[in-house]
Amino acid sequence: MTGPIRIRGLTYAYGEGELRRPVLRDVALDVHAGEVVLLTGPSGSGKTTLLTLIGALRAMQDGSCVVLGREMLGATERDRVRLRRSIGFIFQNHNLLGFLTARQNVAMALEIEAAMPERERLERAGAMLVAVGLAGHEDKVPGRLSGGQRQRVAVARALVAGPGLVLADEPTAALDKASGAEVAHLLRDMAKSRGTPILMVTHDPRILDIADRVVAMEDGRIVQAEAA
Amino acid sequence: MNVMTKAGLLPWAPERNGEAAAAPPPPRARGPGLAARFGLPARLAWRQLRAERSRLASAMAGVMFAAVLVFMQLGFRSALFDSATALLGAMRAEIFLMHPLTTASFRPEPLPRVRAHQALALPEVAQAVPVYLAQASWRNPEDGSRRAIQLIGFDVEARAMEFEGLGDIASALRRVDAVGFDMRSRPEFGDVARILAERGPFEVQVGNRMVEVVGLVSIGPSFGADGNIVTSEVNFRRMVRERLPSNTDLVAIRLRPGADVAAAKARLREIMPPDVVVLTQAELVAHERNYWETATPIGFIFSFGSAMGLIVGMVIVYQILFSDIANHLREYATLKAIGYSNGYLSRVVMAAALILAVIGFIPGALLSAWLYNVVGGATFLPLEMTAERAIMVFGLIFGMCAAAGLLAMRKLRDASPADMF
Repeated sequence: MTGPIRIRGLTYAYGEGELRRPVLRDVALDVHAGEVVLLTGPSGSGKTTLLTLIGALRAMQDGSCVVLGREMLGATERDRVRLRRSIGFIFQNHNLLGFLTARQNVAMALEIEAAMPERERLERAGAMLVAVGLAGHEDKVPGRLSGGQRQRVAVARALVAGPGLVLADEPTAALDKASGAEVAHLLRDMAKSRGTPILMVTHDPRILDIADRVVAMEDGRIVQAEAA
Repeated sequence: MNVMTKAGLLPWAPERNGEAAAAPPPPRARGPGLAARFGLPARLAWRQLRAERSRLASAMAGVMFAAVLVFMQLGFRSALFDSATALLGAMRAEIFLMHPLTTASFRPEPLPRVRAHQALALPEVAQAVPVYLAQASWRNPEDGSRRAIQLIGFDVEARAMEFEGLGDIASALRRVDAVGFDMRSRPEFGDVARILAERGPFEVQVGNRMVEVVGLVSIGPSFGADGNIVTSEVNFRRMVRERLPSNTDLVAIRLRPGADVAAAKARLREIMPPDVVVLTQAELVAHERNYWETATPIGFIFSFGSAMGLIVGMVIVYQILFSDIANHLREYATLKAIGYSNGYLSRVVMAAALILAVIGFIPGALLSAWLYNVVGGATFLPLEMTAERAIMVFGLIFGMCAAAGLLAMRKLRDASPADMF
């Protein structure tokens, strides 16, 4: 049985012809069930591109990338949209909808399928907000929450639908040291308790301790993989 | 028994760890219903619109403006057409004979008067009244200025013409050179009603003849005629000398009560030579209206005005929707990243457009109804809010907002989830 992520010979380039600039060269990577993997490396090393390919936000060019049992090479837009629904995303900025309350924002991740009754959606969203430590803040709009609180709402949104995988791109970059570490540990603990694997791109040396494994990238290649 | 059924389940099956109770009911498997498919995007659109009050207000004002503009243009258009056909509509006759080349009633081609007598050959015809129409020059009794007025001559006692006030002066109109004045004529003809009230019947000059104004009728001005005077057949011939006595302009035919109009029309068509057309009253009114709509720029002017209103409204709605998307590009991209399809987000934009259509149309219709009253009172035009027109304008506004939504949707393509990281 393959793990949540299995990548072999993945190559990706931007541009055409003379301007073709490879960003990923023959990448191979595995993320196993329940594992927390941190992806580090200098900017331009291709780690964000790798994350967008795994997250089905970009079409593949060459190689093999199996995410949650689905091959992404040659996948249609429709396939990719469907896969994204099984992935929890956490972005550098919280990217919450400013006109919705925290609870409604989290419920948006449940609204996609529409089969769930409205009451259940809001209940599950509320429970998830309590779980990330935001009891009492459910009905505030993002504008009235602190940066750390907003990122917690984003964590709740990523996890509420019970994803098979969480992808995070520098989720602590916009936060101060204390709240950054708090959010990182919260994310790790919640994912661990659900058995959800995490692949996180980060520059932040302060949160390396949450990882089961750290993978370093340089020049589009994986240069080192070590157990933390 | 429970043990038996559970025995076949895998170790992590929800039935074993107590999660089964929370499972959603299975009949929903066919996918989300129509309400969820369109209701949820509509709710999201409404929440987004509601969040920015000032933007919502300006969008509403834009749609309202377009609705009022279209309402007024269509209102004026139909009011002018209604007034143009007021004279024909006031005639109490079922069938009319007209020369085939007559394009509009104020510019008739004469037809042989004898056709009226021929019509009487049918047993179902009760009366056939020749109607004479001519433009005459009226001298204002107050300041002496001259102005063209429409002169209508007919057998005043035949009751084929039923203008308000005609019954009271019908016998007076039989006198030599007696005329009735249309009190709704434009004020440039002089304040005939006041003079009549002060002095009683008085003399005015029509053409080269002095005639006596004996009373007032109510017809109303139209495109073709700023004012009207009515008189008897004989007086008409005295005043319009150059006309052949054997010609008339229109023949109004009244049928006996209970007669079938369509059958009578068909029989008249059979016995009449091809130098006349046989029309029902509705057809005559439609013919007149068609002239004003197609042979003059009037129909085009109002259609053009309506189209302009719709285009301006569409640009406003498009601007609002476009900037809404542009300002929330990150949020739309986030929604795409977490698995919302382009189709779903397109429905959000479309729903926003249609919400604007509804909330802009309602105050627009109310404001228009009020303006109809105010403007109608000032211009004497028959402006009225009809359900038919309200539905039509709503359809146009709806289409306008939908078109703006379709245009704005293209901006959604710029929301690329790959740029989110």
